[in-house]
Formats: sequence, C-alpha cells, structure tokens
Amino acid sequence: MDQTVAASGAPGSLADPGASGSGPATQSRRAARLTGPGVLRWLRRVAGIVPFGVYVTLGLVIPMIAVAIGAFQKPNGGGFTMDNIKTATSGVYLHGFEQSIILSVVTAILPGIFGLLIAYAIFTARRGAILRRVAITASGVFANFGGVPLAFLFIATLGSSGLVTQWLSDLGFNPYDHGFNLYDLGGVAIVYMYFQIPLMVLVILPALEGLRPAWREAAENLGARTWQYWRYVGGPVLLPSFLGCVLLLFGSALAAYATAEALTSGAIPLTSIQIGSFLNGDVIPGQENVGKALGLGLVIIIAVAMVFYVMLQRRAAKWLR
Amino acid sequence: MAAIAPGGSGGMESPQARGVPGGRPPGLTLPIWRWVILLVAGVYFLIPLWAALRFAGIKALGSVVTQAGFGDALWLSVRLAIVTTVITILLMLPTAVYVHLRLPKVRRLLEGITILPIVIPPVVLSVGVLEVAPAYLKSTPYLLALIYVILAMPFAYRAIDAGLRALDLKTVVEASNSLGAGWITTLLRVVLPNLKTALLSATVLTVALVLGEFTMASLFLYQTFPVWIVVFDQTSGQISVAASLDALFVTWLFLMAITVFGTRQSRRTGGGEATLFSVARQETRGN
Repeated sequence: MDQTVAASGAPGSLADPGASGSGPATQSRRAARLTGPGVLRWLRRVAGIVPFGVYVTLGLVIPMIAVAIGAFQKPNGGGFTMDNIKTATSGVYLHGFEQSIILSVVTAILPGIFGLLIAYAIFTARRGAILRRVAITASGVFANFGGVPLAFLFIATLGSSGLVTQWLSDLGFNPYDHGFNLYDLGGVAIVYMYFQIPLMVLVILPALEGLRPAWREAAENLGARTWQYWRYVGGPVLLPSFLGCVLLLFGSALAAYATAEALTSGAIPLTSIQIGSFLNGDVIPGQENVGKALGLGLVIIIAVAMVFYVMLQRRAAKWLR
Repeated sequence: MAAIAPGGSGGMESPQARGVPGGRPPGLTLPIWRWVILLVAGVYFLIPLWAALRFAGIKALGSVVTQAGFGDALWLSVRLAIVTTVITILLMLPTAVYVHLRLPKVRRLLEGITILPIVIPPVVLSVGVLEVAPAYLKSTPYLLALIYVILAMPFAYRAIDAGLRALDLKTVVEASNSLGAGWITTLLRVVLPNLKTALLSATVLTVALVLGEFTMASLFLYQTFPVWIVVFDQTSGQISVAASLDALFVTWLFLMAITVFGTRQSRRTGGGEATLFSVARQETRGN
C-alpha cells in the first residue's frame, strides 16, 4: 500500500518540477511520510499510547464484544440464534426496558435542571469561598455515592417508618396513604436524584465557567435585561452543554444497578437488575444468553445517547473556547 | 419552616445592599434565588444523612470497627484500592503527558474513550469480563482491581488532564530540555512535582470509587467493604447504616483536604482552582 502510493507520488513530482516550488526538501519530506521509514516514525509517535490502548481493548472492548456475540449464540457454545434477542424484547424484559427508559429520562431531566441551578448558585459564589468548596467536594462524594449505603439512607428517611415519613404523618399527611412507595419506580427515582444531581453539578460547572463575564457586560451595556441576556446569549450558549450533560445523566441512570437492587431486593423490573439476576444464576435453562442480549440492548440505547452527546458537545465547543 | 423565614426576610431587605458591598458587578448575582436553591438542596441532601445518623445512633459510628469481618473486608478493599490506584496512575499519567505533548489531535478521542465507563453499565461489563477472563484471573480478587482501573478512568484522566493544562506543559518541558535535562529527568523532576495536586485528586477519586464499589464486587462474589456492609448485620441494619455514614464522611474529609491543599498550592503557582471534574473545558480546548 505504502509502496504504491510512494511510487505514484514520485513520477508526479518529476513530471511537474515547477509545481513543487521548494524543491527536494518538500519532496523528501513527503516521501518520508509515505514510505517505510514514515510508517516507522508514525508507529513511534503512536507508541506512547499503546499501553493505554491495549488495556482498554482487553478490559473494555473485548468483554463488550463477548457480550455482543453471546447475545446471538445458543447456550453452551451453540450456534447462531435470534431467540435471545426475541426473548429480550418481549414480555417482562420489554417491560424492563420501558421502565428503565422512563426512570432514566425522569432522573436525567429533573436532576439536570436542579443541578444546573445549584451549579449556577455555586458558580456565582466567590472563588475559594467556603460554600463553593464544600459544595464542590460534596458533589464529588455524593456523585459516587450509591448502592446499599444510599438505600439505607433513604429507608431511614422515607421508608414506611422513616424520619420524614413520621414528620409528615404527624402533620396528618402520611405519604404511604397517598400512593407513595419508596420501593417502586417513583421512590427509586427520588433516591437516584441523590447521586444524579451532584453528578450534574460536577459536569456542568466547567460549562458555566465558559460563560464569559464580558458577554454579560456587553449585553448590559447594550441595554439587555437579565432575562434578555439568558434568552439571547447565555441560554443558547449553554444549551448544548446542558443537553449533553443531561444525556450523560441518562446513561448513568440507565447503568445504575446497586441502588435499585439494594432498595427493592431486585423486585423492581429494571433491565440492569434483570441482567444482574442472570449473573446470580437465576436462569431458566435455555435462556442463559438472554442476559447478554439485554446487556447489548442497554449498550445500544446508551450508544445512541452518546452519539447525541458527542454531537452536542461539538456544537458547544464552538462557543466555549 | 423556621429556617426559611430568616432567609426570606434577609432577602427582602437587601437585594441591593447585598450586591454592592461584595464588590461584584451588579446583576451578576441573584441573592434570594441563590439561597432558596441552596436551601432546598441542603434539605434534600442533609435530611437523609441526619435520619440515618439518628437511626444508627452516634455510638454505632464507632462500634463499626469492632465488628466481626470488618478487618478482613476493609483490608481487601484497601489492597484493591492500592493496586487499582498504582495501575491507574502508571497507565494514565504517561498516556496523558504523551498525548498532550505529541498527539494533541488524539486528545479528543481519548476524552471520548475515557468517558465511556461512566455510561457502560457495570453489570454488562461484568457479564463480558466473566465471559472472557482466563480462569487464573477469575480465581483472584485482583481481577476486580484490573476492572476498577477501567471504571476509574473517567475521573482519573480528567483530574490529570486538568492538572496538565494548568501547567502549560509544553513550555515547561521545552525549558527543561533546553537546560539539558533528559526525558526521564524532566518527567520525574519537573512534570511530576507540578502535578502533585492533580495526582492527589486522581488518587482520591480512584480510592473513593474502589472503596465504594458494590456492583461488581458482589457479582464476582468477593466480600469487599461495601459488600460486607450489606451481608453483615442484615437484621437490625444499624451497623450497616453507621458504616455507610463513616465511609461517606471519611471520603468527604479527604476530598476537602485535597481541594483546600490544591487550591492553596495552585494559587502559589498561579494556576486555577483545583477541580474534580471537567468535561466541556477539555473538549473545547482540544478543538
């Protein structure tokens, strides 16, 4: 391949000596890029990221490919089949996808908006102020907080004998008499916000810092009111980043497993929980690979979200330089 | 209720008074609005903590340490945290430095790859890993550490990357080279000391992740600290709640210490504020 390119390049420059004005230097540099030594140099340039590439391939890419292949295989190393996909997209599993998507959309949009407001409140505080420091580190902690400890926290708060539940019943409003249940989809959504909001604060803060004070000042000098600034300057600049972050939250909610598992003991029909039960050996014979089909489904949903995310970030990048 | 009233009246009397003494350009702050938001957030985040504290009792916070199995579980988690952190730093630091200096065009790709583990469900990754991992790896808990490196990538890479950007790496390295230092000297004696804060926050984020990770550890059937919290004391739950709170507070203190330390140091070196995470910023500069 490289040989042929070099060969066709050389006669071209011989036949047209006047065109390449700077003469032999350019020519030899171009040849070096295209022939054997060029490839070597390219390899040497890339060598620095090879360990990283190998690690990601082994730890992330190959396992995910194994999941994708397994989704189309009969159990026990059998041949190709579409049965897993069919099972995974019908009945309880289809319901699981629906519930997962509903939960993820809700716990992406609401924490997205609320997280943006908090981030803005932190952002307007002075740099290095104690409020800002506490809020940012707290976000770092809470964004990684999840699973069983989080479930315990909320059982102690909003469980049937939790603290807030008791406060509310003392006021004559027991939420459990009004259709609230910590262990169904609505309850899980409230709990998810506990790590989704801080995650939003962490990822949207850099975008807020990209809003130049100069834009605000310019708008004000031109007579813009606060709402006009947000409507015509701040909002449009922030929107792509905001939507990108919301998509990230969507993926994070879809991927969450430990919290819902701990809270409902696996009783809630969410796709990640269903996959987990396959891993725990909770399997009908002949359906061993349905878990992989479910996993593939989740990854596809997230991949679609990520494509949007990348497109939006690219738009945002134009403004935030 | 009582907490809201003073905030409200404070906002009533001083919308103008507050903007001016702060020396901030007027219009850049919305004091009342800001306090309402932070108050609501504070209520939402602190009440569960308080409820848990009341449920567990102050005494239980200390008694966690004396429970059966605590030592083993914590020791396993600590070993995993150490292995994970060492591999993460050894892998991410040279890669990030190299890409910054030599392959700036690859930065965008690297950012894209390192964000993936946030959204790829650990459950699905577990399925895949258990499928392809060789038997000798499956029989050791260090398989978890190897996978945690992947999970820690988004946070570790971003922390290191933020540090590298604050440093103006290219100038520093060129200066060092023109003074006659070789590559290894430059890395060890110029780049590393300047990245202390970034490496520290990468370390803490990684350690926090490992000490808190439940999904994979439980699916791989290893009793790490978070798994122990659940398995132990399933009847009363008090110790579990207390252990959860302990873990939360300790991590928070660590992070606080790091940002305080980091900000102080970066102020001295003229860099920015220590940040824990930055997505948009990197992508914009890489453009």
